[in-house]
Amino acid sequence: MNTLIVISVLPIVLLYLGLYKMQKALLPVTVIGLLVALGLAVAKWQDAAFAAPEYHGMILFNQFSIAFSAVAIVLTILILLLSKGYFEKISDHIAEYYAIILFSLAGIIVMVSYYNLTMLFIGIEIMSVSLYILAGIKKNDFASNEAALKYFLMGAFSTGFLLFGFTLVYGSTGSFALEGIQKWVLDHNQMPPMLCTGVILILVGLCFKVGVAPFHFWTPDVYEGSPALITAFMSTVSKTASFAAFLRLFSICFPLISNIWSPALVIVAILTLFIGNITALYQQSFKRMLAYSSISHAGYLLFAIVGLGASSANTIFVYATAYSIASIVAFGALILVTQSTGSDSFDSFNGLGKKNPFLALVVTIAMLSLAGIPLTAGFIGKFFTFNLIMRKYLILLAIVAVINAIISIFYYFRVIVAMYFRGEEREEIVVPPYYVFVLGFAALATIVIGVYPQLINGLI
Amino acid sequence: MTVSILIFLPVLAALAVLFFKNETAKHAALFFSVVELAIAGVFLANFKPDASTQFIIDTPWIPQFSIYFDAGIDGISMVMVLLTTLLVPLIILTTYKHQYKNANAFYALILFMQAGMLVVFTALDGFLFYVGWEAALIPIYFICSLWGGENRVRITIKFFIYTFAGSLFMLLGIIFLYIQSPNSNYDLHDLYAAVQSQYITNRQGVVFWAFFLAFAIKMPLFPFHTWQPDTYTEAPSAGTMMLSGIMLKMGVYGCIRWLIPITPMAMVTYQHMVIILAVIGIVYASVIAFTQTDGKRLVAYSSIAHVGLIAAGIFAWNAQGLQGSMVQMLSHGINVVGMFFIWDIISSRLGTRDITKLGGIAKVAPKFAIAFLIIVLGTVALPLTNGFVGEFLLLNSVYQYNIWFAVIAGLTIIFGAVYMLRMYKNVMQGQTNELTATFADVHGSEKIVLCIICVLIISLGIYPQFILHISSAAVENLLHTVKIPGKF
Repeated sequence: MNTLIVISVLPIVLLYLGLYKMQKALLPVTVIGLLVALGLAVAKWQDAAFAAPEYHGMILFNQFSIAFSAVAIVLTILILLLSKGYFEKISDHIAEYYAIILFSLAGIIVMVSYYNLTMLFIGIEIMSVSLYILAGIKKNDFASNEAALKYFLMGAFSTGFLLFGFTLVYGSTGSFALEGIQKWVLDHNQMPPMLCTGVILILVGLCFKVGVAPFHFWTPDVYEGSPALITAFMSTVSKTASFAAFLRLFSICFPLISNIWSPALVIVAILTLFIGNITALYQQSFKRMLAYSSISHAGYLLFAIVGLGASSANTIFVYATAYSIASIVAFGALILVTQSTGSDSFDSFNGLGKKNPFLALVVTIAMLSLAGIPLTAGFIGKFFTFNLIMRKYLILLAIVAVINAIISIFYYFRVIVAMYFRGEEREEIVVPPYYVFVLGFAALATIVIGVYPQLINGLI
Repeated sequence: MTVSILIFLPVLAALAVLFFKNETAKHAALFFSVVELAIAGVFLANFKPDASTQFIIDTPWIPQFSIYFDAGIDGISMVMVLLTTLLVPLIILTTYKHQYKNANAFYALILFMQAGMLVVFTALDGFLFYVGWEAALIPIYFICSLWGGENRVRITIKFFIYTFAGSLFMLLGIIFLYIQSPNSNYDLHDLYAAVQSQYITNRQGVVFWAFFLAFAIKMPLFPFHTWQPDTYTEAPSAGTMMLSGIMLKMGVYGCIRWLIPITPMAMVTYQHMVIILAVIGIVYASVIAFTQTDGKRLVAYSSIAHVGLIAAGIFAWNAQGLQGSMVQMLSHGINVVGMFFIWDIISSRLGTRDITKLGGIAKVAPKFAIAFLIIVLGTVALPLTNGFVGEFLLLNSVYQYNIWFAVIAGLTIIFGAVYMLRMYKNVMQGQTNELTATFADVHGSEKIVLCIICVLIISLGIYPQFILHISSAAVENLLHTVKIPGKF
């Protein structure tokens, strides 16, 4: 809980720093604040194994919440470190950036620790509203404005679905508390149509939020239009948290009635994989490719919910972590390359291997991880998800997943091919020390987790 | 002493080589690979040729999923370890005349690939096996596409997708086995026991296909071979040697160790089909090889034919077949490395691999001619060369299964003799032309490599008992444990 308080107070402090023109202090204060929040969360680890719901059953801060909060905080720190010198270029109001990102993070902490539907709603809204602003933060940029508007409309629309679902579930079970709903479902044999409709509507709402097909149309435009760092934040931290929230709701309340929602989710997963991967194949822009690849990864993450079981939380945790750190590398490199060449197409990576061996190496590791090649973290995640669905004997789904993993090779390797095999004269990119640290750390973590997954596996 | 030394030394060596500059990297890589060979020699000296698995390392890796770092060496693995550790220094030595850009990365990748292949050949845990399988694939992808020929990027990605597709299906198969296995783990011997106690009886077909696809693509077996000739042609010769000399044996080894023992019932169902595919592959590849004018491509197709025979011999599943495949895997590895090295020498001197443009080299380069001849004779399985023992045993095995298959598969020897000797005649004999008149004879490192290869070809041909002795107990044991329904 203290974590949440720290992360909520921190942005207010930052806004004051901005007010008194202490731009230099912003990043250190943010990072220190986040580290404190992280420490406070992790310190509770032992007790959290027996955590009970607090605040009238509104919040349950157990190991699941700590693990996901920690991952969200660490990823946010990495992204903010990349922001050094980035926001200054696009705006004068830097303090606001940090503050809004942290507000969003506060929403995310709520999303991974809620124990009541109202808290889930509040968490999602805090996160989303902040993200709407962040998407449009390049005020004079047409694409950024479009992204914000689209994101806002789609987000509001999906929130409608979500709320309607909540009300219907409340109508039939008489409770917003997860425990109350769980108990009601346990006690009743016959599920009323109202509950089923509610569950499906919640499913639709959450699918919108995590951006899976056929509710994914906002994703590419929003990801492309937003500033790259914000896109990185949206596609890693907020996606991870949304999946954690998704899992908590369905694993606590509705595991017994999986026959209602699981067929729908299987179809959603298959659609997501095919649409995400095949569309990614046709992209010329690296950033847009990452957007579609994030859709397809959402498809793999859905497997953890389709194959709901004891290890689902662990699977989402490992997969999302692996995916997120690899994505941060990709976005970090994208920012550098775009700054140097002014374009975010695949071609702008041409010849990078010769001029910037370090940058090319970390991007290669990231791409291999995203493609799920062994000895990288991405493979461990993919292995766990395959394991889950095979346990449910969803062999057809597994085969679809394999076919998509093969398709994804084409576009991930396109980057590698561009970097190493398309010899082209280019200027050497100066990689700032912050970038060296973040990209090096993320790439190293990818390899270490891939070789020794025990490091993060089995925490929850 | 555990097998972990053997596995991790090349990994460390690869990291070390990265820090050397170009020329020194070459020497360092050779040094480390020779050390690795020496260690393999120590293992061989301490190896007891009985059926047991020795030098086992078994530590938890991912306990939640009962994944262990579990590896060891038995007779079958020992031969494969010898093959790998013997060929890698030879292959590194063949590159001594080349000046690769970023040589340190090149040699690091080769050593890393060696580690991956050693994992495959010693793994006793399904997950570990898979990781090794893929860990060997990534380096060769980069070797081929960074240092390969003109069309390398397109062709290498095709190769990668092909093999990656196969291995992903194998991953599904491995997970499927894990879910069905009685102790919920990936342990090979537990799986053997489970299969024999009829625990895993249903859906063996599914597992069979999942594994078969991966192995058939890797070998490659007809009709999964379409990536192979292009990749062999485009890859740098060291890469081609790694691929054909060692990597394709991963598929064969996989069949012996994993596929057939784990799915014996499905194997009975599909045995006939696989052998027919193998025999078709033999004839098909031989005929195509006959029409090739590019030397490297010709060798690539002849490699398909040889592997087809190995596959047929294994799927007949008897002692001769398995023993033959052991000998033949080693021999084929040596011969094919020699063959590709011959073409590497020719093409780096003359800038062409077109057989029709060559001729008369024997006149100007007698030492080269002798080595070439010995390698050709080894490849066409002349008695007293290493190729003969393997092919004889393999044909014997196919004969026991079905006489007509043996007759058709036996054509491989005749066909092989025809296209190989024709190639030799066109390249080496006749009159020299403008191109070949100034061909310099072999010297230095080339001479050493060819010498070693020729000695190996002849000594293994005269005394194959050396290899047969290592693997015979393990092979008998395997045949004994894996009872094929309705056969024994």
